[in-house]
Parts: sequence; structure tokens; C-alpha cells
Amino acid sequence: MLKISTAPHMQTQHDTPKIMLDVVFAMLPAIIVALIFFGLPALMVILTSVAACCGFEYFANRFWFKKGNTTTDFSAIVTGMLLAFNLPSSMPLWMVVVGAFVAIVIGKLCYGGLGKNIFNPALVGRVFLFISFPVQMTNWPKPEFLNFLNTDAQTGATTLGLIKHIDSQTSATMLAGELPSYWQMFIGNIGGCLGEVSALALLLGLVYMLYRKVITWHIPFYYIGSFFSFSLIMWLITGNIQYEPLTNILSGGLMLGAIFMATDYTTSPMTIKGRIIFAVCCGVLTGIIRFFSAYPEGVSFAILIMNAFVPLIDKFIKPDFYGQRR
Amino acid sequence: MDNGDKNMNSNIKNLIKLLSTLTVIAVVSAFLLSSVYQITKEPIAKAKDKRELEAISQVVGEFDNDPFSEKMTIMTSDKKDKLEFFPARKGDGINSFAIKTYSNNGFGGKIEMIVGFYIDGSIKNFKITNHSETPGLGSKADEEKFKQQFDGFDPKKLKLKVRQDGGDIDAVTAATITSRAVLDAIDKAINAYNVFNAGK
Amino acid sequence: MLTMYLMQVNKMNKESYMNLTRGIIKENPTFVMLLGMCPTLGVTTSASNGLGMGLATLFVLVFSNFAISLVKNLIPTMVRIPAYIVIIASIVTVLEMLMAAYLPQIHSALGIFIPLIVVNCIILGRAEAFASKHGIRQSILDGIGMGIGFTIGLTSLGIVREILGNGSVFGYSFVTENYDPMLLFIMPPGAFLALAGLIVLFNKLRGEK
Repeated sequence: MLKISTAPHMQTQHDTPKIMLDVVFAMLPAIIVALIFFGLPALMVILTSVAACCGFEYFANRFWFKKGNTTTDFSAIVTGMLLAFNLPSSMPLWMVVVGAFVAIVIGKLCYGGLGKNIFNPALVGRVFLFISFPVQMTNWPKPEFLNFLNTDAQTGATTLGLIKHIDSQTSATMLAGELPSYWQMFIGNIGGCLGEVSALALLLGLVYMLYRKVITWHIPFYYIGSFFSFSLIMWLITGNIQYEPLTNILSGGLMLGAIFMATDYTTSPMTIKGRIIFAVCCGVLTGIIRFFSAYPEGVSFAILIMNAFVPLIDKFIKPDFYGQRR
Repeated sequence: MDNGDKNMNSNIKNLIKLLSTLTVIAVVSAFLLSSVYQITKEPIAKAKDKRELEAISQVVGEFDNDPFSEKMTIMTSDKKDKLEFFPARKGDGINSFAIKTYSNNGFGGKIEMIVGFYIDGSIKNFKITNHSETPGLGSKADEEKFKQQFDGFDPKKLKLKVRQDGGDIDAVTAATITSRAVLDAIDKAINAYNVFNAGK
Repeated sequence: MLTMYLMQVNKMNKESYMNLTRGIIKENPTFVMLLGMCPTLGVTTSASNGLGMGLATLFVLVFSNFAISLVKNLIPTMVRIPAYIVIIASIVTVLEMLMAAYLPQIHSALGIFIPLIVVNCIILGRAEAFASKHGIRQSILDGIGMGIGFTIGLTSLGIVREILGNGSVFGYSFVTENYDPMLLFIMPPGAFLALAGLIVLFNKLRGEK
């Protein structure tokens, strides 16, 4: 097998579980929101994803790649939860398992395991599912407050899907009844994937991770900031509701991507300057895909594309070594 | 001087050898290709016609003429397109017809299709003859499930648009763009038919 | 049957046998030498397409190896590449015309990949590496072997991609209406993934690491 060596990775083995547990904690508010609005199916998707990710990592590493048990670093749990966050609650469970297999075995282990992967494993799994099962991946149940057993779930389009097609023959009045209010988008009472709906829950997670010094503020700030600016400029120029910046930030996977996925250590640059470049490019790319392509959502593609550039960014923007002038 | 002459001679000899080899190969190959071309010219044309006729018969009613030989060309009202029009007769009069149309708005680019109409102007069926849509997704637009809602669809009474655009057609799940393009192509065909009718 | 086969093998001397079988496993163009990747990845969306393309390439390989071996001493070294290409292109064009006339369905299924056989590395590669240096009989055997190896490669990849991406094999669907196949596999990324998987299996079969 080809050996890919990327930039040095700073994980020390005993630190990783602690960091991972902090991330899991940060994801709790979003999990709670998902359970509140999407009920039992959401719980099943999350549990299946986590179990499958851990299972595949354990079996693949122990019996196939012969690396012993690596699940103790808890990174598989985080990947499992992040993958679940990127799926709608109505996802058939066997597809979740397939996605977990792709995320862990192809997205992480084939590259050499934790620290050596180029692409964010949860996103690899998510994009694989999106291309392989587009119907199930674009089918979002309407949120129902505290309807835990979720009988009779109806499906509806997401906010991004609605505003994207406004320029064709749909009239604005038809849309006004359908679009959720800013408050709804903020707390999460909208259609979408499990982890992306509630901006509030994600921001709570961000605050927690900043407080525990798990991530730095740069990537989320510059990613969301650059996208907001891009969106704002487009909106000011055209006045088309598709570009309305606040709607764009609060709906879709932008916050989830900027806070939890683009900040993954292994697949983001090492230096602050590098991270800023990475985050701004992610923001611009997300805008380009959302506004000018056939897809209403561009976050996962944007992050994966930028993941590929990270080794290049790290090569040209070298970290300062102590006692050495670069 | 003698040596110089000899070198020049052998260089010329070399050159002649190169040129003649390539020429011989080219001539032989040209001969081979033109012979095979003559032999296969007819079967190729026949196969192409057969395919078109097959597509036409799939979308029109019963006929006993040769719609292919009776084909006409009509221009659409915006003068941008010239579409081919194939009448199908049974007995005396035309009972249905097919129009070859296209749309450039497919997800993967141009979609070409043949649409069959009843003589009253309502749609019978269509067949997509060429496309670059996503296999397994947009390609489902050529399947029964999507097509069956078009049989008897009268564009004068119902709206030929997908439901998302306020119309009466159910788009292919998760392939709205492809569905819209198909409707766009049918629209062109209807336009051509109206021009034809008006001119009669 | 086996004895008859063994008798045949003994009649063939060792060299012929080697040349015939080399392309099937030891130097399989698809799984070992990774040649001709363009049609391999582009055409194998279904098992029958893979099989058709493999057989078409086999046809071209045999005839081009034969023709080039036949005239190898008449072509000066300096112009051998253009000469080979003209020969190969003629054979491919003849094939395409024949297919358009008598096998129209496969012809439209394979589409632009048929003319692309001209630039398939395997054909020019074997012409350069083998047919220009060996006798007619050996060259034909080499063409057959490489062609069979390529056909095995394409067909197996086509089978895998069709099963995973379409729930069918050679057009026979074995799943119900409600099953959703993994569409990724009939698209280019899936081709790469499926090919990688098959190479792993093939290497295991060969006994390599």
C-alpha cells in the first residue's frame, strides 16, 4: 500500500481521549435538540452510527490492518456522532452502517489511522451516502416538538432548498408562508439533518470547546465571517432572497461545518495563518457552490476540497519553532 | 569529396526508405478502410433508421405507413428551433404523430427525445434518445413511473410544469432539474405543433 | 477433457504457453500493469459493456500484433511509432464500422470509447514491447493472452459495479423495486473504489502482499 506521509501530527496518545470527550460534551446540546425535534428515529440513527463506527474501527484495525484495538482513543465515537449529525432522521439504518464503514475504513483507516487521514472521515461518509442514495439523503422529516415516537412524520423541503428555487416561477408570497422565522432557525425548529438545525445548540458547543481550549476561534470565525460577507455582497447587489445572509447562516450545515468539521485537527492546517486561509477559502467555496451550482448546500464539498489543500498550506506556511527564526 | 557524396547518397536513400514505407502503409490502410466502408455503409444507415423508427413506434399509436419517409420540418414560433415531425397514419388519416425535440437544460447538458401526440394535441408518450443525466437518478425520467402520468395529458387543460413550480406533473424524486428539462423539451414540441396547426 | 488439454499444452512448446498465459494473471493489464485505465473506468458501468469492450480490444490486439509482427522488418526504426499508430487506427476504424453495421446496440452503448481503443496503452504497448521483436505466431498468442486478461479485468469490474450500483448483473435485476442501489458505483468515483478493491483481491490470489 502506498505510504502517505503528511504534515506532522501533534497528538500525544494520552491526550486524545480527553479531547474527544470534550468534543462529545460540546455536541450534547445539538443531540438534545435533535431528540426533541426528531424523536426516536434520531436516537436510532445516532446510536447506529456510533456503534457501527466503533465496531468497524475495532474489527478492521484488529483483524485486517493488524494494529490492535484503537477504539480507546474515542475518535470513532466522535466520527460516529458527526456522521449522524449530517444525516436526516429518516435515514434507513442499514445505509447509516454503510456510511460508517466508508467513513472509518476508507476515510480514516486506509490512510493509516488517526492523524494520517487527509479528509474528514465523517464528511467522506456523508458525501458517499449523498451520491449513492440521493433520495434518502434529501428527504427531511418536519420537526415535531417533543413527539418522541414520531408517528406520522411528514416530510418537507429545507430552507435552503426553498430559497434556491425562488428565482424561477414560484411567487414570493407562496414562499412567505413556507419559510421559517429567524427564531425558528435559531433554535432548530426547521427541517434538516440532525446536527445542523439548531444554531443555538451549536453555538453552545462552540463556547464550551473554546473554554476547554479544544479549538481556537479562528476557523469558525473566519469561515462563518467570510461566507456571511460573500452572502451579504450578493444580497446587496441582487436583493434576491436566495442570498440573504442571516438565513444562509442559520440554515443548512454551515455552523455545523464551521464549528465541528472544519476544525478537526488532522485535516486542518497547523498554523494560525494557515487556518485563516483555510477558513476563508471554505467560506468562499461554500458560497460558490450554494449560489452558483445545482446543489442547495455546499458545506461538505467545500470542506473536503479544502482538506485536500491543507498539506499544501502547511508546506508554505511553516510554524515558528521555538528558538529558531524561520 | 567522394565520402561527402556517399553520405549524401545514403541520407537520401534513408529518406526515400522512410517516405516509401509510410506511403505504402497509408495506401494499404486507405484501401482497407474504403473497402470496409463501402461494405458497411448500407447496414449502418439501415441500423440508424431502424433505431429512429423504433423510438417513433414506441411513442405513437398504431400505424401502417412509414412515418420516417413522411417526415417534415417545422420551425418553432420563436424561430430558434427546427424540429422534425413524423406523422403516423392508419388507413386514411393521421391519427397520431411524433416530434423529435430536445432541451439544453438537463443536469448534464442536452437531452434529446421523441414525443408522441394524439391527433387532438394531448401527449401520448415520450422516449429519451440521448442524455447525460445522472444514471440511476435523472435517467429515471425515461422510466414508466415518471412517463405514465403523461398519457392523455392535455396541455391545454393542465399545466405542464412540475408541482414545485405550480404545475400538475410529479417530478422524478430528487431529480427536479432533469424533470424540468424534459418538460422544456415537450414544450418546444407543443409549440412546433401549434405552429404547424396554425399554418394548415 | 483435462488430458486432451494437457496434450494440447505439451504440443505447444513452453515458450508459446508462456506468451499466451502471461497476460492473464502474471501481467494482467488491468490489475497488475494498470494499463488502459480510461476505458476500464469509463465503460464498466455494466457487466455486458465491460465484456463487450474487452472483446473488442481483444480483436484489435490480435490483429494489430499480427500485422505489426508481419511487417516489423520492413519499417525503419525512425518511423515505427507513426507506422504502428496508422496500422492500429485502421484496425480500430474497421472494427467500429463493423460494429455500427452489425452490432448497433453494443456500438451505441460503448460509444466514443470504441475509437479510443486506438490510444489504449495496451495496444501500442504490446506492439512496441513484443510484436516488433517476436515472430508472428508468438505475437498472436501474446495478443490473445493480453486480450483475455483485459477482458477478465473489465468484465469482473463491470459485474461488481453493476451489482453494487444497479442491483443487477448482465441486465438481470435481482432486487425488488424498493431496493435502492448504491448509485456511487456506476459513477467514476465508484469505479476507482471498485477497481481498488478488485486489485486487493487479485493480489491476494496471486500470492503477493
